[in-house]
Amino acid sequence: MTSSTPSARRLTAGVAAAMGLMLAVSGCSSDAGTSDSGEYGAPDKDLKASITYGLWDKNQVSAIEENIDAFNELYPNIEVNVNVTPYSEYWTKLQTQGSSKTLPDVFWMNGPNIGLYASNGLLEPIAGAVDAGDIELSNYPESLVDLYNVGDEQYGVPKDFDTIGVWTNKALFEQAGVELPSEDWTWDDFQTAATEISTALAGEGIYGAAGGMDGQTTYYNTIFQAGGSVIDGDTSGYASEGSQAGIQFWSDLIASGGSPSIQQLTDTTADQWFTSGKLAMYWGGSWFRSALTDLPFAGDITALPLPAGEEQATVIHGVSNVVSADSKNKQAAQAFQVFLASEEAQQQQGDAGAMIPAFTGTQDAFTQSMPDANLQIFLDAVEYSKPLPVSNNSAVWNALETELLPQAFSGERPTAEVTAELAEQMDAALAEE
Amino acid sequence: MTTETHTPGSPALTRTGRAARAGRGAPPQPPRRRFAGDGIWPWLFLAPLVGGISVFYFWPILQTAFYSLTDWGAFGGWDFAGFENYVALFADPALYLSFGNTLLYTGIVMLGIPIAVFLASLLNLPGLRFASLYRVLFFLPYVAMPTAVAMVWRIIFNGDFGLLNYGLGFLGIDGPYWISTPGAATVAVAIVGLWSSLGFAMIVLAAGLKSIPPEMYEASELDGATRWRQFRSITVPLLTPSIFFISIVTIISSFQVFDLLYAILGSSNPVLPKSMSLVYFFYREGFVNNDKGYAAAIAMVIFVIIGIVTAIQFRLQKRWVQVD
Repeated sequence: MTSSTPSARRLTAGVAAAMGLMLAVSGCSSDAGTSDSGEYGAPDKDLKASITYGLWDKNQVSAIEENIDAFNELYPNIEVNVNVTPYSEYWTKLQTQGSSKTLPDVFWMNGPNIGLYASNGLLEPIAGAVDAGDIELSNYPESLVDLYNVGDEQYGVPKDFDTIGVWTNKALFEQAGVELPSEDWTWDDFQTAATEISTALAGEGIYGAAGGMDGQTTYYNTIFQAGGSVIDGDTSGYASEGSQAGIQFWSDLIASGGSPSIQQLTDTTADQWFTSGKLAMYWGGSWFRSALTDLPFAGDITALPLPAGEEQATVIHGVSNVVSADSKNKQAAQAFQVFLASEEAQQQQGDAGAMIPAFTGTQDAFTQSMPDANLQIFLDAVEYSKPLPVSNNSAVWNALETELLPQAFSGERPTAEVTAELAEQMDAALAEE
Repeated sequence: MTTETHTPGSPALTRTGRAARAGRGAPPQPPRRRFAGDGIWPWLFLAPLVGGISVFYFWPILQTAFYSLTDWGAFGGWDFAGFENYVALFADPALYLSFGNTLLYTGIVMLGIPIAVFLASLLNLPGLRFASLYRVLFFLPYVAMPTAVAMVWRIIFNGDFGLLNYGLGFLGIDGPYWISTPGAATVAVAIVGLWSSLGFAMIVLAAGLKSIPPEMYEASELDGATRWRQFRSITVPLLTPSIFFISIVTIISSFQVFDLLYAILGSSNPVLPKSMSLVYFFYREGFVNNDKGYAAAIAMVIFVIIGIVTAIQFRLQKRWVQVD
């Protein structure tokens, strides 16, 4: 036997290595203060600079390359380097970059994170560009413009937007002998259709609809439709009656058998049920369109507006381009930010068809991408849309929602009890922000 | 048979390890004494290793220890908070929950060690055909990316359409929703952990088996020992140093389970808060909730737990590890 000594050595190194890995959470301490807000001004045409553009969706890169080419016709000497990080790592990476003041010059921002970055002084407001008339806020959906307004400062305008609708598989309605609902349907119509289809097609493991595992596409909408709120100023809105009704909607759906159980939906997500042809109605965002193109039953799919509760409502959200407050080439970065907000740039984005551009009047290309699917409903929904509920550290209470709400959906605990607990814990989390 | 086992930190061994190895086969030499005249040379040889370890391991450990006493902003900047994080941590039920889950996980993965001993000695049977093919097959999971492994197992564990429940169906068993039932989720992840650590354990054990002199088996055969008797009375006792090494490494890596759990269960799984491990708890506080001071305190607790468990194992080894 010869291995003991070397193995013991390896072991010592292994222990050290393992613990080092585990503990490799070091960081530089730095003071997070607002940097001087440089004066905004359109740069000289021959400004020479190199900037980075951070984003997470590689499907949009080809449209962005077109944007950059058009931008370089205006500013031939500003080089834009596109830096794509998958969404799953995007925010972790961005936070590290924020801690070491090495954020990309221009980068994508979303609703749940804008508060965190803006309130810590990491972003450059766009007030200068707005005052100069280079960005006109009225060209974009108002609720989304508000989403990027933190502490009375505007930090960006939306580059695109998404609303929620019900993606419907017409063939399954036919198979179950259930009539396709009209566009002005109600909660009751939806529940009835879901239960009828589930009952009729139970033998084939097909369900009418899928319960709510995700706020943005499901229960936030019903909460708004019942007159409730998710977050109200700096307290939780979950204790309100409307919010309870919005949650109860999904508990009822599962209890009636209209939806797979919470466990089934954890193992196989609602969008997977739908794309496998085993779900008749799926509450999903407009972004889901790109997942539908290659389905064998793409021709059977049509979109319906959300069924109305006490009022009609949908969640709206959209990504924004923001400029880092620590950018070394702030003038060039802001020029690029302004260009990306322009009608020309957003039209290019829309024509590429990956998402709905935010600039009013550039959205036709999206509705034409599936002409028979009635995609217009996603644009019409803007009228009654409400912004995605966010706060300065949304991730904390988003985790609470994921932990607690399924207990109400599954019927394990009464809805009122769960929402009361959620409201209490969420208030505590919000108080720490 | 020369098995050298030592107690950690024994100064004689660290100095003479090289000499001892070089002297193997040659008549044993007395340990070389260190002379004052060695001067700076030993340190120069050690410098690259010591330097690397200091910069990349010891310094971060010290930093983490310090930061566990602070309160962090989301983007750096800290205030000294004393033992506030520790007070809050020890009052946090999530700590005990995740510790319990980690223990359960570790316990199940440890079951892999006897399995590995058994399989490794089967693979070592003389005259076994395709032995190297089997070795590759068993070792593959160890070198496969944990996320890729997790994705495949996630499909196997699927409650409605998964391979596992499909198979159990033939036996008349109605399988649970593995990854979305509290309890079952931890067991499911541990099964994957066991499966993927098997290869490494078997490689180490195979090396140990090769060093058992064949004469011992021949002699025992002449004495009429069966294969099973040989396994119990020769193979296992002479493998104990390798088994000890494996158990140390397995426990340390099990206490740090994160990637498998995160990738198999998925970050939006409602049972995750009930099934999380210590390191997932650390990740959640540090990188989801942006509370890095608190996360540093969790890391220190994990550090101390692993240190204590490893120290206990080194003490207990005297009782069962074969030295002669």
